[in-house]
Amino acid sequence: MSFELFLQYLTNGISLGSLYALIAIGYTMVYGILKLINFAHGEIFMMSLYFGFYGVSVFSMPWYISFIVAIGMTALLGMMVERAAYKPLRESPRITIMVSAIGVSFFLQNLAIVLFGGRPKAFPNVRLLTEVMQIGSVSFQRLTMIIPIVTVVLLFALLYLVNNTKTGMAMRAVSKDHETARLMGVDVNRTITITFGIGSILAAIGGIMWGAKFPQIAPFMGVMPGLKCFIAAVVGGIGNITGAIIGGFILGIGEIMLIAFLPNLTGYRDAFAFILLIAILLFRPTGIMGEKISEKV
Amino acid sequence: MLKIEDLKVAYGGIQALKGINLEVEEGKIVALIGANGAGKSTTLRSIVGLVKPYSGSITYHGEDLSKIKTKDMVRKGITLVPEGRRVFGNLTVLENLKIGAFYRKDEKEIKKDLEWIYTLFPRLKERTWQQAGTLSGGEQQMLAVGRALMSRPKLLMMDEPSLGLAPLIVKEIFNIIQQIHKEGVTILLIEQNANVSLKVAHQAYVMETGKITLQGTGKELLTNEDVKKAYLGESVHG
Repeated sequence: MSFELFLQYLTNGISLGSLYALIAIGYTMVYGILKLINFAHGEIFMMSLYFGFYGVSVFSMPWYISFIVAIGMTALLGMMVERAAYKPLRESPRITIMVSAIGVSFFLQNLAIVLFGGRPKAFPNVRLLTEVMQIGSVSFQRLTMIIPIVTVVLLFALLYLVNNTKTGMAMRAVSKDHETARLMGVDVNRTITITFGIGSILAAIGGIMWGAKFPQIAPFMGVMPGLKCFIAAVVGGIGNITGAIIGGFILGIGEIMLIAFLPNLTGYRDAFAFILLIAILLFRPTGIMGEKISEKV
Repeated sequence: MLKIEDLKVAYGGIQALKGINLEVEEGKIVALIGANGAGKSTTLRSIVGLVKPYSGSITYHGEDLSKIKTKDMVRKGITLVPEGRRVFGNLTVLENLKIGAFYRKDEKEIKKDLEWIYTLFPRLKERTWQQAGTLSGGEQQMLAVGRALMSRPKLLMMDEPSLGLAPLIVKEIFNIIQQIHKEGVTILLIEQNANVSLKVAHQAYVMETGKITLQGTGKELLTNEDVKKAYLGESVHG
């Protein structure tokens, strides 16, 4: 393989990894605060694409306005899902909330079929994002560069929010101990809502960039990225934001490299994520950045 | 200040409190002692609204506390130091203290209080940037008390502050409790360690299986024969 070709694959892998990272953060943050695997997260991602699509193609808004509206609506949807399907179950066993999450996932998929139709639609083409540029002999869509940059900026903003603001402090406290946080005057429900909002915003930004990169949207398109990003979060150590980012990049780059070096295994590209999941669960179940879980008596 | 009347609590089919009456007067240290499972923690947890009683009343300065949410208790000046310390192990010592002042907006005063906590507990100052989970049990208890003080409580409730601590540390903690009391904070203390707590308490209650069986001043109970037998052991010393 020529070096140029390798670079081409690498940039592709990095931008795919960035998208995985953005979506994986939503899983990891919700897990951190509620110990819940939010199976509906993939569908939140899918909905963001439809919101973006409708804004541009049906309501003929300019793409930038439409995308901002889509991000806002996705955040709203994420928070509504939490209020409707998870909040009433706060005191229930974890398995109950998880079943509820799976229910929401199916519900949103089918809702999308009813509302938007089952046939795939074409995501609007934004020239500014999709134009092909050339550096040396490596040519790529502008998007391939934009995606990692946007991702990195968002990640730093998120890490700042979580580690240096009062809201972030509340989020970390709630993730450790709801009851004590409440005793300290923290509004636990509000903190959880904010967490869902942030996770959904990141999924929406990832979703819109996903749509620009792979411009075909369908009601079931959230399933595979959702599963893979969940795996990315587990690989990185679920509950840990930096871990989710690392996991996302490992998954994205790994997947593309598999295709690059073993082209006859291209059909198995989705299997890569699951093999990685099995390997991680066997050899390092807490994930790369995960803390050891020690029960203190 | 705080008045509990005929409080009854049940959960999981077990009646944890069978109608207790208790009063905390402003400016006093009140101790509630009793064996494991007597219902002491349940009492505290019902005051802050973590447990819902099915009958009886809890009033604070005449106001019915059952209508107030747990998260708003600190705003009323009621703060609980929970059993087992429950510091946020993933937060630094400083952040743990800051979260105690979570509802407050007066940044200047918060800074002042922080200095005050650091003079009360110099060891916390040395460990400002350390994750609270890495502290020893005694230090965590100090942090839990410091965190509670950061909310500027009027009524500070402590659930077993001596639990699992070495005698020397227990002594230190109780010295601090008296110091806090001198600053004008009313204290409701729950303890299995009857000896130490009765010595500092102005008023004390003895609890057994969901009922208050004895009450009196700390001194009275310290010399009470039943209390001696049941909670202080034969060889009382110190």
